[in-house]
Amino acid sequence: MYPSAFTYYRAGSVQEALKLLMENPDAKLLAGGHSLIPAMKLRLASPPALIDISRVPELAGIRDRGDRIVIGATTRYDDIQRSELVRQVLPILPEAIEVIGDLQVRNMGTIGGALAHADPAADLPAVVLALGAELTAFGPDGERTIPADQFFVDLFTTALQPNEILTEISFPKPPAHTGMSYQKFANPASGYAVVGAAAVVTLGDDGKVAAVRVGVTGAGPYAVRRQNVEQALTGQEPTAAAIEAASQLASEGMTFNSDIFASDEYRAHLTRVFVKRALTAAIERARG
Amino acid sequence: MQITVTVNGVTYTHDVEPRLLLVHYLRDVLNLTGTHIGCDTSQCGACTILLNGKAVKSCTVFAVQADGAEITTIEGLARDGQLHPVQEGFWEKHGLQCGYCTPGMIMTAVDFLQRNPNPTEEEIRHAIEGNLCRCTGYQNIVRAIQYAAEKMRSGS
Ligand SMILES: Cc1cc2nc3c(=O)[nH]c(=O)nc-3n(C[C@H](O)[C@H](O)[C@H](O)COP(=O)(O)OP(=O)(O)OC[C@H]3O[C@@H](n4cnc5c(N)ncnc54)[C@H](O)[C@@H]3O)c2cc1C
Ligand code: FES
Ligand code: FES
Repeated sequence: MYPSAFTYYRAGSVQEALKLLMENPDAKLLAGGHSLIPAMKLRLASPPALIDISRVPELAGIRDRGDRIVIGATTRYDDIQRSELVRQVLPILPEAIEVIGDLQVRNMGTIGGALAHADPAADLPAVVLALGAELTAFGPDGERTIPADQFFVDLFTTALQPNEILTEISFPKPPAHTGMSYQKFANPASGYAVVGAAAVVTLGDDGKVAAVRVGVTGAGPYAVRRQNVEQALTGQEPTAAAIEAASQLASEGMTFNSDIFASDEYRAHLTRVFVKRALTAAIERARG
Repeated sequence: MQITVTVNGVTYTHDVEPRLLLVHYLRDVLNLTGTHIGCDTSQCGACTILLNGKAVKSCTVFAVQADGAEITTIEGLARDGQLHPVQEGFWEKHGLQCGYCTPGMIMTAVDFLQRNPNPTEEEIRHAIEGNLCRCTGYQNIVRAIQYAAEKMRSGS
């Protein structure tokens, strides 16, 4: 299968990528290519030009910036998994990446490509929501920061403008006594998330839940935070009964996808079950 | 666009159309037909090669993306007539039947054993999730990779 013809540009810097994007308004950025190229081969996408950003040095890499960890947009999954710093501080990232696609996909795919693509069944959107990440976009008016909460706006649609480049994702380092977990129900054929739930829980000195964030992907048209679950659990003793009660709220007020594999009702059920599993595992880890 | 790649130790320069997929470059331009095309939809892994040492599905990479890269295909694994331990494992443990998936399976296993020289059976099965086999039922593929792991650890 051949995609339709396109002009290929390779950007050497973010500035150059932006310039190319302004000159070629219908062009697409190419990062790992593992969502874009399959779509082009099926001619679901036929961009007249591709701007390859995978070799822009400042877009890749993992940096320790004091109270934050910053991951460049074109950092590949495999490099995130190999990072000792990420394993220590943000272990939910390698946990989630380990269940993305397969070994070959993880060698090519990038964190920024996954987030910018905003596939409803992608894994990392739930994780960046639960970690309270901030995403940096670079466009004609310069740089702006978008909180993860405001990034995913619809099916395959993010807060990025067509002429903006996602440059980095910045994660706050979690306080002591924080546990985190990503739990996925994978489609047995595609491996994508039918439902994926990410939970990040911080316990106070009294053992009660001091802070909690929950993100859900796969269930609906785009990944969402579950504030109702978070509110129900905050300040509570994290008993099995409290987790169960909070998880029951996970499917409330959400729109669910429905397809041949999973009806909306089934996805609602899976959402409650996987939020509960993620919370349970996160709390166990927070207790250390 | 002009690209230069080193494939199995030999450097090539060609003018290619940007939409040319790496798998077609290898098979149709370089005549290295050991790399197979099974699905063309990024699922089966038959087209797996090593790009700068890492296993990737060459049907999901444009040749222009590989400009400047070192590539290893199944044809480049054996050294001086000696099979690579993973190839030997597939031979010894009957890790193939029709052989269609085999080049891709082997390339994935080579990358995987570099990063995990002493894997459990479960880890091997997880590592080959992106490689489909319609014949063997995977059991002997897992044994072949276990054989290779042991052989590589013992350093022979
Ligand atoms: C067989 C297979 C299985 C998969 N399984 C899973 C899975 O289980 N879970 C999962 O989450 N994903 C899965 N994926 C998708 C994979 O994670 C992709 O790599 C990812 O979705 C896209 O990242 P990329 O770097 O490949 O982006 P590309 O394909 O290069 O780009 C995707 C889109 O994002 C845009 N883009 C890329 N980078 C930027 C940027 N920095 N700024 C602005 N826009 C940008 C591109 O223009 C394009 O529109 C799978 C893919 C394959 C082929
Ligand atoms: S031919 Fe490339 S994955 Fe099947
Ligand atoms: S041996 Fe026939 S597909 Fe694997």
